[in-house]
Amino acid sequence: MRFLHFVVDYLKAGFTGGILFWLWMLFLLFFIMLWGYGEYVQIANGMIVTNLNDQVTWGFYLANFVFMVGVAAAAVTVVFPAYVYKHKELHRIVVLGEMIAIAAVVMCLLFVIAHMGRPDRLWHILPVIGIFNFPHAMLTWDVIVLNGYLLLNIIGGYYYLYKKYTGGEINKSFYMPVVYIAIVWALSIHTVTAFLINTMPARPMWFHSMMPIKFITTAFAAGPSLIIVVFLLVRRFTPMKIADEAFHLLSQIVVWCLGIALFLTMSEIVTELYPSTEHSLGLQYLMFGHNGLNRLVPFFWTALSLMVGSFILLLIPSIRKNLKLLPFICIAAFVGIWIEKGMGLMLPGVIPTPIGEFAEYTPSQIELMVVGGIWAIGFFLLTFMLKGAVAVLQGEVRYRSGTSEPAVSKQQAEAAT
Amino acid sequence: MPKQDSSKTKDNKLTSRRDFLRSAGNYTVASLSGAAMLLSDPKPAKANVTWEEHFQKNYRLMTDEEKQQAIERLETRYTEEYGKPVTVDGSPSMEGVLFGYALNIQKCIGCRRCVKACVAENNQSRGDEQQIEWIRVLRMEKGKFSEADRDQHGYPESFGVQVGGNAYKPAGVVLEGQHYYEPEQVPEEDAFYFPMQCMQCEKPPCVKVCPVRTTYRDPDGIVVIDYNWCIGCRMCIGACPYWARRFNWGEPNLPKEEMNPVTHYLGNRPRMKGVVEKCSFCVQRTRKGRWTACVEVCPVGARKFGNLLDPNSEIRKVLAKKKVFRLRADLNTYPKFFYYMD
Repeated sequence: MRFLHFVVDYLKAGFTGGILFWLWMLFLLFFIMLWGYGEYVQIANGMIVTNLNDQVTWGFYLANFVFMVGVAAAAVTVVFPAYVYKHKELHRIVVLGEMIAIAAVVMCLLFVIAHMGRPDRLWHILPVIGIFNFPHAMLTWDVIVLNGYLLLNIIGGYYYLYKKYTGGEINKSFYMPVVYIAIVWALSIHTVTAFLINTMPARPMWFHSMMPIKFITTAFAAGPSLIIVVFLLVRRFTPMKIADEAFHLLSQIVVWCLGIALFLTMSEIVTELYPSTEHSLGLQYLMFGHNGLNRLVPFFWTALSLMVGSFILLLIPSIRKNLKLLPFICIAAFVGIWIEKGMGLMLPGVIPTPIGEFAEYTPSQIELMVVGGIWAIGFFLLTFMLKGAVAVLQGEVRYRSGTSEPAVSKQQAEAAT
Repeated sequence: MPKQDSSKTKDNKLTSRRDFLRSAGNYTVASLSGAAMLLSDPKPAKANVTWEEHFQKNYRLMTDEEKQQAIERLETRYTEEYGKPVTVDGSPSMEGVLFGYALNIQKCIGCRRCVKACVAENNQSRGDEQQIEWIRVLRMEKGKFSEADRDQHGYPESFGVQVGGNAYKPAGVVLEGQHYYEPEQVPEEDAFYFPMQCMQCEKPPCVKVCPVRTTYRDPDGIVVIDYNWCIGCRMCIGACPYWARRFNWGEPNLPKEEMNPVTHYLGNRPRMKGVVEKCSFCVQRTRKGRWTACVEVCPVGARKFGNLLDPNSEIRKVLAKKKVFRLRADLNTYPKFFYYMD
């Protein structure tokens, strides 16, 4: 019964807001509509409505999938310092990090479904009623770790919020193991996603053991960048107080992970281009094009400039600690990594084909609609979940037996704390 | 979209169910819900897929009875759809047989009759929108060397100490060869030809990565696909080092009059959109003791096929006496498709 109250109150709090809030949600709904239309067209006609083809069989959907897995994993950059280093400021907002992880994993699952030729047969992969080719198929590992991570974050985040809501004591012998498992699990989701694509010698661009660590460093640069921006917005638009100190720690994580990521990119380029074997043709195509086929070239150099630029800026303490400038640098880093690790990783992996054929690829309108819509779904979920979570954390919404009305006003809540 | 002739004349309950699904699909989109994803193809069907077909098991795990039912369902549907009696064979591997293939690259003249015969035999999609071919013949350029090239700056360039000695030409569309050649006649003087198709590997990377085991190896060595179990994730396409697998991006375009009605469940039966397909060593023929279509049609006898376990077979003699190699042997896939020279 209490739980029902929690759900109702949480939903109410999540969908309460001013004109700006509703404009934002309507804006997102527009793109969600496009997603619905795009998926409908794709399912009705087949993947032929995408620009994918026999040469480029993996594209925009999986590129975004790989990137979002990283963002999901990066919630650990909030959770880890909060619990392992007992960072007080981050500990207060750890739940918000978990909400970002939930939204990101939901997006990942939607990207995979968009990529599938037969989503109606999804049940074939379910254990017991279908065939789950475990442990042979790396994709089955990914199914386990992604769904497990989703579950861990839902349990961890909402158990904490529920206890806050009811005013009950948190059972540490239940909650702490969930937190610690989730920390290790976060690393596993991105490691497994790296293994998904780097265990295929048929695709030499991906076939190197640096892939998992490169994935994790880019994720731990892009993820906290997004988290910084989201937290600044939370601080700006809600009564939630987030100390500057939390941002300083997160921006330090961004700068060092970005630095390591750039170092790894440099190592990869030197290793591949010095001997310049056929195996490096994917990377060469990405960086310089191939006989006039150079659609990816500007994207690569833009991404690299954004990453290097934001790295250098963030190295300077006065800039890194300037919370007016920080979100713009974070957005630059985020976009840079999104290009580098999304299309910049996916396409040179499949171009050239195993027999060496070069074919260029640009996403179709349907692909753009579906991907844009999934991002909108992510932000829609995130906005709603964050609003609800902030209301609970602030004590604005609290359990009162016999009523499901939000219990106390903001002033009262502030007075109470 | 490939044009289809929709069989609207077939007016029965299942057609109206589809109409229902179609309108339901529209409402779902209108109400901005993602549930539309769960609906199957809302276009008028070419023939009615029965409910049972949606819920059947992986072919390999079916009981003999279930296999028989699945086959009968398909025979009824295909017969209706293509307007002629269609048989779907379910023959398992024969005892004591392990198939192997050998191709004489010295003899191949690049005529691509094998490609055409394969398409006709195996019911691939055809037409401009979606053309699927299981065999690809690479045209390999013979080197051209000119005196002018010799003195150009070459690799690695530096200090003016090392100049010239080049025979290097930048590659074309494809690294060493290309499969789009349109010559007046074959063979061309400045080229040789290198056909590729599924290598029926002993350690197939595609089978390992398939999350639902829809593609698997039968005892006679053929890597087969249960098209009804494939989820279309295309992991196998990513893992195949031979670019042998093809995806049905849209509904396959297979004209009724060109459809080959003698089919096998794991081979050339008509496919649906969203699934992967590839060479199956003409399982519908070879499990009945016949040659594959490509072996049969090859005008120069470059293609040899047979039982690797039979010491007197032609394939064994080729392997014993000729200079044989396997493609990309470094990947340890152990193809059962060999190349050789006299």
